[in-house]
Amino acid sequence: MTEPDAVFSLRGISKGFSGVQALSGIDLDVRAGEVLALMGENGAGKSTLLRIINGDHLPDEGEMRLEGQPLRHSSPAAAHAAGIRVVAQEPEIIADVDVAENVYTGALPHRGHRYSRRRAQAQAAADLDRLGFTGLIEPSRMGRRLSPAQRQLVEIMRGVLGNPRLIAFDEPTSSLSDPEVDVLFALIERLRADGVAVIYVSHRMSEIFRIADRIAVLRDGHLVGSRPTSETDERELVRMMVGRDLDALFRDDDRARGDVVLTVDDVTTEDVSGISLDVRAGEIVAIAGLVGAGRSELVKAVVGETRIGSGRVLMHGKALKLRSPQDGIRAGIGFAPEERKQEALIMGRSVRDNISLAGLDRLTRWHFVQRRRENELAAGFVESLRIKTPSIEQQVRKLSGGNQQKVVLARWLARKPELLILDEPTRGVDVGAKAEIYALIQRLAAEGTAVLIVSSELPEVIGLADRILVMRAGRIAGELPAGASEEAILDLAMTHEPLSARTESLPLEAHS
Amino acid sequence: MSTDTTIKSGRSADPDGPRATGPSVGRRVIDAVGVQNLSLLFALAVLVAIIGVNYPSFFSVANYQVIGKAVSIIGVLAVMQTLVIILSGLDISVGSAAGVGSVVSAMVFTSTGSNAGLGILAALGVGIVLGLINGCIIVYGRVNPVVATLATLAAYKGVAQLLSDGRAQGYTGSNDLFVFIARGSIIGVPTLIWIFALVAASAHVVLRYTDIGRNIYAIGGNDVAARLAGININRYIVGVYAVTGLVAALAGIMITARTGSGQPVSGSEGLELQAVTAAALGGCALQGGRGAIAGTVLAVVLLGVLDNGITLFGVNPFWQNVARGSLLVIAVVIQQLRNGERRIGMPT
Repeated sequence: MTEPDAVFSLRGISKGFSGVQALSGIDLDVRAGEVLALMGENGAGKSTLLRIINGDHLPDEGEMRLEGQPLRHSSPAAAHAAGIRVVAQEPEIIADVDVAENVYTGALPHRGHRYSRRRAQAQAAADLDRLGFTGLIEPSRMGRRLSPAQRQLVEIMRGVLGNPRLIAFDEPTSSLSDPEVDVLFALIERLRADGVAVIYVSHRMSEIFRIADRIAVLRDGHLVGSRPTSETDERELVRMMVGRDLDALFRDDDRARGDVVLTVDDVTTEDVSGISLDVRAGEIVAIAGLVGAGRSELVKAVVGETRIGSGRVLMHGKALKLRSPQDGIRAGIGFAPEERKQEALIMGRSVRDNISLAGLDRLTRWHFVQRRRENELAAGFVESLRIKTPSIEQQVRKLSGGNQQKVVLARWLARKPELLILDEPTRGVDVGAKAEIYALIQRLAAEGTAVLIVSSELPEVIGLADRILVMRAGRIAGELPAGASEEAILDLAMTHEPLSARTESLPLEAHS
Repeated sequence: MSTDTTIKSGRSADPDGPRATGPSVGRRVIDAVGVQNLSLLFALAVLVAIIGVNYPSFFSVANYQVIGKAVSIIGVLAVMQTLVIILSGLDISVGSAAGVGSVVSAMVFTSTGSNAGLGILAALGVGIVLGLINGCIIVYGRVNPVVATLATLAAYKGVAQLLSDGRAQGYTGSNDLFVFIARGSIIGVPTLIWIFALVAASAHVVLRYTDIGRNIYAIGGNDVAARLAGININRYIVGVYAVTGLVAALAGIMITARTGSGQPVSGSEGLELQAVTAAALGGCALQGGRGAIAGTVLAVVLLGVLDNGITLFGVNPFWQNVARGSLLVIAVVIQQLRNGERRIGMPT
């Protein structure tokens, strides 16, 4: 049953980890010039499959063929040499070298035996231009100064350079905003035209339908099936992924709005200027905008993480003195940051410890943690948020992305903040968990919590928010009512300066 | 330790969600003791068996007391080092700080007309100040903890030598309080061992049962996340270093009591490395966030028994250092391999 024109094929691939069967009997073909989308909930086995393709893991059973030749590579280097690339979702970027060196690591341009920085810069500029990334990223920028989007672009460059036969993208757009996604898709179109086989892993339906020729769905380590894109729809895919129908996202317009909880009054920081906004009790306000528009920087200033140059932040009309996040949190703010692993979770500690972290002071008597109350609290949230974990003692790093995000949410729900700020609450979260998180946010608002959301996913912004604030280059470009169109948001989010001026005042500045 | 071991039961993908029933009884015992501690206990048992077979006199209360007294000073320092390492710091100035504490306790004792209480209080006060200096350099001067305390290791040693003019100071050998610390005992257990036990028990309780301890683990595990969860991490870092200075001075007082005079260098030099060795051997990850007092105490005892054995066998005492170093490397290698670390590049 091997397809004659398959560039890459998997037959009967199985892999288990200490008693847990991550993959069983996967058969999959990718043809030349085909974009195969791979979908599935977190924990379905997509990452394991990519690691096997990448040579990070050896399969227990089954075989891989590239252009008819059996492959049994045992390291990422061997996979790379064979023409296989996996573009990682969370790329490893070397902090202290520039973009060019990050891209060409392992094959640095040289003159004689010496590394030639000039040559590397020129080559990087040429490659950026060829890939259509010019203006989005500068070859000389240091790794540590790159925004998440730019880090992703560097990783994509690493993947497409050379002469790849198969490229697998692992959620490449999770940190990209729409214009960058367009650039990436144009690039994928070109790869398709060049006869490269492409595997595209994503949770985003709209993207999958835009780019993929065929869609394969994994569930619990099994291949549920694959469909040509033209013969399927969202509903069927979701059913294949979760094994049940999910209710569509409905906005609840009947919520009662209370008094103003948060007021941001003409706040200026290093990254944003002249921001004024307010959020009422029971209201969901979303901040939309391109990556780098200053959205995360704004909410970090509101919670007290970054210094405010001028202007005031008020809770219930009382100006806050924000020296550290502790001050914001004491004033009743909860904040789930954008980078779950780096900024929110203590990966080596248990689910329980992570849930109780922000509210530990309320669970103590004479500094002694009341273990029973703490256990009840954690177990309660594990149940009510349906966090999939064998026990509350489980280390958080062993959980899937969606469940990790629920742990972060549980941490703040446990504190019962009056204002909850969520930065990219569903990034890297599978559809099932996403729907649950949306329902949770709406329930919180219905109970009177003021919610401020930063999101790059426009359907999410439109579906959830009562008001949408659009940021551009550190300022609020405009406000839109509930249910605004994607076009209206994008129109405000994009700069309208001529293209030549854009390279100077890039909306994609990285902030260290 | 227990969080570490529950993972290894391999039930990470339980689809039924949380369960109240835990693993088997044997598993629970191992969880309670900790795998790391289990291997230390095993090493200790082997060592004791080897020594005991050849020298039955090893099994005597007198010999236990010798070992206990020998490890008590290094023990208190190792316990505090454990806290610092969990916080993902390091304090290598403790040896020098102990020297300052020793000199100050003896000199204040002498100049106040043999007031032992004042001498001890003064030493402890100076210890806190030395620790605060460390903490402030690290937090407000933004200096890497190793570099900062390497600098104060040299500086505090100089302070001790300047204060004492490089000589042993005072004579405390006839003072009741100092004699009680050095040679006294409470219900048959030497005072020095009591001090070690008390410091270890307090540290254990704080780490394990209080929000302070939990926040220390959180800061060591991910300082950004800890700060964004509302923990005042600067206060914790400065606080832990201050207490470490206090305990270093306590070690200095113990040195004064044991030697009968204030010793600027001779009693305290090299203690910092032994303390770090014991903490690492006891299972602290030097990148922070992991470790426990029980492991450190076991490691301290193991090192003490090792030294004792070397003395009993009449081996050239210079082998002590070789044996300590080898033990540390073996322990860390085993620990890393069990974590499934890939052998690529610099270890994290």
